[in-house]
Amino acid sequence: MDVGQLLAIIIGAIFVSNFVLARFLGLCPFVGVSKDSDSALGMGMAVIFVMTMASLVTWFIYNYVLVPLEITYLRTIAFILVIATLVQFVEMVIEKTSPTLHKSLGIYLPLITTNCAVLGVAVVNVDEFMGVGLARNASFIYTIVHGFSAGLGFTLALILMAAIRERLDLVDVPKSMRGIPITFIVAGLMAIAFLGFSGLKIG
Amino acid sequence: MSALRELTKGFYKENPVFRLALGLCPALAVSTSVQNALGMGAAATFVLLGSNVVISLLGRIIPAKVRIPCFIVVIASFVTIVELVMGAFLPELSKSLGIFIPLIVVNCIILGRAEAFASKNGLWLSILDGIGMGIGFTFAIVLIGAIREVLGDGKLMGYMVFGPGFQPVLIMILAPGAFITIGLLMGWFNLLDERMKRRAEQKAARAAGNARGGR
Repeated sequence: MDVGQLLAIIIGAIFVSNFVLARFLGLCPFVGVSKDSDSALGMGMAVIFVMTMASLVTWFIYNYVLVPLEITYLRTIAFILVIATLVQFVEMVIEKTSPTLHKSLGIYLPLITTNCAVLGVAVVNVDEFMGVGLARNASFIYTIVHGFSAGLGFTLALILMAAIRERLDLVDVPKSMRGIPITFIVAGLMAIAFLGFSGLKIG
Repeated sequence: MSALRELTKGFYKENPVFRLALGLCPALAVSTSVQNALGMGAAATFVLLGSNVVISLLGRIIPAKVRIPCFIVVIASFVTIVELVMGAFLPELSKSLGIFIPLIVVNCIILGRAEAFASKNGLWLSILDGIGMGIGFTFAIVLIGAIREVLGDGKLMGYMVFGPGFQPVLIMILAPGAFITIGLLMGWFNLLDERMKRRAEQKAARAAGNARGGR
């Protein structure tokens, strides 16, 4: 484990292979919750939290349950169940401990269960950091950091999109392009901008 | 008649991708070529059909409160079958679809059909619904794939479409091309819809006018 590699993972997850604009993960909330920047921020925070937690939990499940029992081919079933349970659990804990936080994050949490970005981050973690000969503690730290920065990248794209869409409301868009179609065109332009990051080489 | 409607509604009227904006992630991610798009469409259709059959049979047994986790387990089981079969027999396709095969689990189309249709309807209609929605999804993703492959690679199904002088628009097979293609296609579908509605209105108005004139 070295810091250069860690930095490469962070920059990579936020900019170069941004979960929304380069990997096409989490498009439903990206289109659905990007109408105003307040809810975009709330959704983003919820996603960062759940993605980090999901990375942590699926790392333990993979290394201490699936690998010893030699049932790694069941990872899809195991991960989705764990993530669904985790989201429910997090919602209950937040509701009990902090009603204010629940009010701002609560409505977004159920949406996250079927957010492909969360299962996606778990699967990408397995493909990139587990079972590829990394030392156990290195793979643990890489996994957590990747989960967190992938969430950060998602939030960045979501907030940028929300800011653009707030201004788009004042623009005379052709009737048939209003709503989702124009959002996708804007996302395409944003993705072109993000392609510029693919030249970055770190580590 | 209603059976035919269940089968064909996914094609245009309730097309999951263009009309309902569901299943967007795989529709954009693996539509770089027609071949990938067909593979993804077939995999998703199989899972959709399988989960619709099982859920319509179990619909009355599953308690309402835990129905979503149950649906997810059923769907995840079929996805695992697809993952293993594809990995064994079509390793190349499996590699190019990558993480989007396990991610069929969270494809909102499948959970959506389980919740909205299969758990409430009988086996026969659920089968038709699964096939219809699967075909609708495949149609959408192949259409996107064809546009991107022709413009971005100059090929269709691996065959050259244009002469050797054609300069491929590389951006179309990269991420931005997917967003722009689906944005324009959705806009076009909306435009068609508006036209059809306006024509129907005019027809109704004319019919009303005729009726008044005849009196």
